[in-house]
Amino acid sequence: MTGPLEDVKILDLTEYITGPYATKMFADYGADVLKVERPRGDPARQLGPFPDDTPHPERSGTFFYFNTNKRSIVLDLGHPRGREVLGSLVDRADLVVESFRPGALDQLGVGWDWIRERRADLPLVSISNFGQDGPYRDYKGSELVLFGFGGEMYTMGLPDRAPVKMYGTAALVQSGAAASVAMMAAMMAGREQGIGQHVDFSIFDSQMGSADRRHANLVAWEYAGKRVLRSGALTAGMAHGAHRCVDGWVEFTAAGQRRDRLSNMLGNPDWFEDPKWKAPAAAFDPALVDEFNDRFSAWLATRTKREVFAQAREAKVLCGPLFTVRELFEDEHFRERSFWETVEHAELGTFEMPGRPFVMSASPWELRRPAPLLGEHTREVLGEAGWNNARVEELVVENVVYEAKS
Amino acid sequence: MAELPLEGVRVLDLCLVWAGPFATMLLGDLGAEVIKVENPFVFQPMTRGMRARPRKESLLMAPPPGGAWPDGEPGGRPWNYNPVFVQLYRNKKSFTVDLRRPEGMEILARLVAESDAVIENNATGTLERLGITYDWLRGENEKIVMVRLPAYGSTGPYAEARALGVHLESVMGHTLLRGYEDLDPSTLTSIFSGDYLSGALGAFAVMMGVWHCRRTGEGQLVEIGQAEAASSMFAQAFMDYSLNGRVQTTRGNRSVHDVAPYGVYPCQSPGTAETGEDRWIAITITSDAQWQALCEEMGQPDWATASELETQEGRLARQDFLDERLSAWTVNFEDYELFHRLQAAGIPAAPVLEASRVYEDPHVAERGLFAPQTLFDGIGPYTFTAPFFRFPETPVKVRQAPVAFGEHNEYVYKEVIGVSDQEYDRLREAGHIAVEYDRSVP
Repeated sequence: MTGPLEDVKILDLTEYITGPYATKMFADYGADVLKVERPRGDPARQLGPFPDDTPHPERSGTFFYFNTNKRSIVLDLGHPRGREVLGSLVDRADLVVESFRPGALDQLGVGWDWIRERRADLPLVSISNFGQDGPYRDYKGSELVLFGFGGEMYTMGLPDRAPVKMYGTAALVQSGAAASVAMMAAMMAGREQGIGQHVDFSIFDSQMGSADRRHANLVAWEYAGKRVLRSGALTAGMAHGAHRCVDGWVEFTAAGQRRDRLSNMLGNPDWFEDPKWKAPAAAFDPALVDEFNDRFSAWLATRTKREVFAQAREAKVLCGPLFTVRELFEDEHFRERSFWETVEHAELGTFEMPGRPFVMSASPWELRRPAPLLGEHTREVLGEAGWNNARVEELVVENVVYEAKS
Repeated sequence: MAELPLEGVRVLDLCLVWAGPFATMLLGDLGAEVIKVENPFVFQPMTRGMRARPRKESLLMAPPPGGAWPDGEPGGRPWNYNPVFVQLYRNKKSFTVDLRRPEGMEILARLVAESDAVIENNATGTLERLGITYDWLRGENEKIVMVRLPAYGSTGPYAEARALGVHLESVMGHTLLRGYEDLDPSTLTSIFSGDYLSGALGAFAVMMGVWHCRRTGEGQLVEIGQAEAASSMFAQAFMDYSLNGRVQTTRGNRSVHDVAPYGVYPCQSPGTAETGEDRWIAITITSDAQWQALCEEMGQPDWATASELETQEGRLARQDFLDERLSAWTVNFEDYELFHRLQAAGIPAAPVLEASRVYEDPHVAERGLFAPQTLFDGIGPYTFTAPFFRFPETPVKVRQAPVAFGEHNEYVYKEVIGVSDQEYDRLREAGHIAVEYDRSVP
């Protein structure tokens, strides 16, 4: 048993972040994901971080993270024989997924019409920046552009500053998770109802239509014409927002929550028994908030993040320490849950990375293989698709397919 | 017409607030029958509003989105209009039962027997106190798939920790990885990025569980620790630590992949941020060719054509300078005008859009990202968002407007679990079946 999707074959023509994250979810849960790369490889192989900051196509941390458990075959779709090879892979797939610019597959002669003619029950999922039609079909995207335009970036930040984005490629990963849902639905309709179809997944649509605050803000506008503004930090209350402690910061959401829990966390000090703290609006009274926060700062000044968090947990107060990535790797909770996975890779050596996205009791996650080297499985995959050694040799010589340099 | 992709899959929604309901929204959009289980005696804070019966003045005082109501009127059943609820509950059904009583649990047991999956994201221990565990569910239906979305998971030192999205952000490193480079993290703590990811993965897990069950006859328990799931959004930071031992800190709006310029720049604005009328454009130059194209659009000014800016290395070393000069140029344009012009030149750029302006965007209109929806009691129609999946042969659309409390009581009791008219009346008398919260609920 290698996961709930062990009987699934995905033909993966996606690149960069969103598509590869969606297919990583399939690969991680057991599907056989064949990653078809262009001769120079997925452009994500050019993205850092690299060891010692030295770029190398087999040493990209970004590529590695998003391509575990997949196999790589290098195929030149622009070659006259590329279509013949792709066809042999299409015949064995349960789903094809691609992320070229809209229309590119058609130009190569391997678009939806060609696939449908070959296999009426085979779904094709196209992942693109703005979708397969509409006025912005050919517009270019990036994390910042798609999140700024589609997602709820406008309200993130301070009113006197520019809006500020999430980390790295967080929005592209969110959309990748939604794309995996679309793929799963397309595959179920394909396998169980025999329906092939060309599913159009737009990263912009999936940001704009996601229920991550933008929805709620649109509802508010529809009801009452009220705009949601950039308001910065939520600090107007007792033990609310990020506060300094000995070794960093801790985040609290205590104002408006139960006072007795906050009191328990602080060790039920006498000063906090004064009736003035028990008034209904005390937690938001500016003078009282200042007085409270002075005492709170003194309490925090003798405690570390982990000590504060432990006392907050004990008292059921909403709290989270601001951890660095190093602190996370060292954290006992995630160690105890065996969250980290040790991987070995021909070029990157042995290291630890975040492991299973989630735990399934009957069909577990498994790191079966590291991210593939470019063309590492070309020969193996072609063999499975019925190409004998002599014919594979021919394809290699003609530069239709490429193998990993050994 | 073909069936929807998830036609015939029944999912019980024991969710609250944001992440879980997003998961069931995606499942409902794709054709699953999602039934939200509600209790007339227990109000779920932050799901259908802060309280069942708040004073009208306090409802109207709350900032949007919470403080927005149809025509400014919360009405007698404000829980049916709350924006945070409404945005997440299209394509779902709602029925009520008091799970604190044994006979309520019997009703739930009968429904579990008729369902494929149960999904929940309650604080650790909440369902256990009601007696709802995976073992109990499996006793009622051995094929059931249970998907849980705890904050930190059911084991380990943080298992019992209470958390909202903002705390998960902090624990998983995001609060230190984003925000303004020149300000401390206390200035920006209100970003909740994890609900989207956890919700989408929750939907994916339900579908995989059903897929597995249809092949093997085996149900299972899925645990999605939201903290762990969130890690994929910070992949580059984790890999940089793994490969280089480096602890990344925020770069503001700049690229984690070392390309420049990459940022948000001011445009002509009809007003200020105080009224939501300041305007910005995101411009991201990912190649030297795009930089040349941008120089051309700017009219080849001397500062931009300098040879040291021709390469990524050169531009990365001068990001402050580039941002300053670009801002001085972009501020002369309307955001949409510049957006189309830069995109026509092959440059990834777009306005940072204030939500209400989405309604005027021609692409959004043509893509059908909105659909008119009339609420249960005839209020509306409003133009709310529609499913963002496009499945031409199995059309994914709004089949049910955001659901009212108890809207499907008759259907669930009589058609799904087959109670008699007589028993239905008795259960209504006993308070299980209602379209309002009990008067005892504040």
